[in-house]
Amino acid sequence: MARIFAYIVHKSGVIDDSAVELAAAARKIDPAISPVALVTGHGAGFDAVCAALGNTYGEIWAVSNQALAYPNAELIRKALVKIVWPGSIVLVAHEHFGIDLAPGLSVKLNSSYVPDVLGIEGLEGSALKLVRQEFGGMVSTHVRCDISSGAVLTIRPGAFKPLDTAPARGTVIDKSAEVDALTAGRRYLHTVAPETGAVDITKHAVLVSIGRGIQEKDNVPIAEELAAELGAAVSCSRPVVDAKWLEKSRQVGSSGKTVKPKVYLACGISGSFQHLAGLKGNPFIIAINKNPKAPIFQIADIGIVDDMLEFLPEMTAKVREMHSVTAK
Amino acid sequence: MEVLVCARRVPDTSENEIQINSAGNDIEREDLVYSINEADNYAVEEALQIVNRVGGNVTVVSVGSDEDEEILRREMAMGANQGVLLTDDAFVGSDGRGIAAILKAFVQQASYDLILTGVQAESGGAQVGGMVAAMLDWPFASLVNSIEVVDRRKLKITREIEGGNKEISEMDLPCVLSIQTGINEPRYVGMRGIRAVASLPVPTYSASALRLDPATVGAAGAKVKRVDYFVPVLGKSAEMLTGSREENVAKVLELVAAKGGLK
Repeated sequence: MARIFAYIVHKSGVIDDSAVELAAAARKIDPAISPVALVTGHGAGFDAVCAALGNTYGEIWAVSNQALAYPNAELIRKALVKIVWPGSIVLVAHEHFGIDLAPGLSVKLNSSYVPDVLGIEGLEGSALKLVRQEFGGMVSTHVRCDISSGAVLTIRPGAFKPLDTAPARGTVIDKSAEVDALTAGRRYLHTVAPETGAVDITKHAVLVSIGRGIQEKDNVPIAEELAAELGAAVSCSRPVVDAKWLEKSRQVGSSGKTVKPKVYLACGISGSFQHLAGLKGNPFIIAINKNPKAPIFQIADIGIVDDMLEFLPEMTAKVREMHSVTAK
Repeated sequence: MEVLVCARRVPDTSENEIQINSAGNDIEREDLVYSINEADNYAVEEALQIVNRVGGNVTVVSVGSDEDEEILRREMAMGANQGVLLTDDAFVGSDGRGIAAILKAFVQQASYDLILTGVQAESGGAQVGGMVAAMLDWPFASLVNSIEVVDRRKLKITREIEGGNKEISEMDLPCVLSIQTGINEPRYVGMRGIRAVASLPVPTYSASALRLDPATVGAAGAKVKRVDYFVPVLGKSAEMLTGSREENVAKVLELVAAKGGLK
């Protein structure tokens, strides 16, 4: 194995949390190898990003290039192919940028590719034994990846805990000269910020959150009525937005909103990692799902195997009953 | 515009409970309900809408076995002009790279302006589209949730990035896009539509027809292999309430009040 590299994502001068997680993942592959950070960018703040990576990585290979001021996966792939040693392992965070970059990078490096890695069990000869999930987290698998000609792995955000080690005092090595003019068939134009909805789900202490289990649009009022009684808001997972049953501004997840409620009632939500990525601040999670094997039960505090379409109306009726008793 | 959509037939997770078989080497496949991968269905709908605006044809291709023909017919009933099945014993056990190599070989036999895939399938890889693009040296974009054809030579596309932000880019054709769910509202396909296409031919291509060396695809060429399936143990696991529904409702309300401040 030539080297272990970690491609670092940064935005507006801030290094993504995945930087420390990739360093931890690299040590799981081989504790004896000090991983190298790969970082690309340009302009104000880039030097500071490179320097700050020295807290985590012993070596930082930096490519400063005007074409890389915005992270365009095609351009970055072309730059990385020029500087990464053949036969290396390259780690990339499994988020929207990694999904854009990593599959093509593995082709161009002629190395193996394993997406969305959750666990690294170690080397077995020229193979690396890894843990993945399938079917939205309902089952896990062990995967054996031949690394004899290198590998690109995308690492699930949050799956590897940062190592508690002393600052690495790393050195920045400028690799810009190895990368000349870059062009791509895809050109970034601009970014459009999300519209703010009528209800701001980030501001509520209690969320009644609905997933595929709501089954149809006509059932959405079941959640709305309960939320009204609780003084809560209705949020949802991706399938509900895909089906156009609720607005995008109600979606919790990596491509939606990040919320920090005190209590999260996950109703008919299976619990994909993209959804859970939007749930911060350690809320008390109560999961109601018909499927006892739903992954949400692994991370919830309280679980109930039941049909949300019957359970929620009973909750609403019970709260109303309590309110009317109090009123008397 | 000639549009190719890569699609896959997968167990429908909304219809099935996914269980591991007793040997631990596969999921229990008896009695599973299969359907087209959800994101692939959005990709086909998007392709149909594009050719509806600018003209052209939609071909849906799948790497698989005879059983996978049913999803090709379903998408033909939706309006795709043709379904094509890439099938060979040598393809069995392909990793993502192998599937991409098979699709690339097919693409090189024809002339397409645009290739769409669903963003990911049941194995959550999100890999094949990006690999096919790199093999063809075509531009690629993942997680696409809007496509606009500009002057028939370029596309203006939107990617769904973090926090609901939309990243807008311009792309040269030909290119490969992976389509995010929710990009459109896929049209309904009834039994009548499926019957109407039942007798249409679905051409098949073998490894030799695609001029593929069998050693480079399938299990023989796979550098990434699944060893086993197991039940994940990720977190602390919930305390399961096993009382009557009435008891559970009361307990949940008590907890919501205690933890969240129910008035």
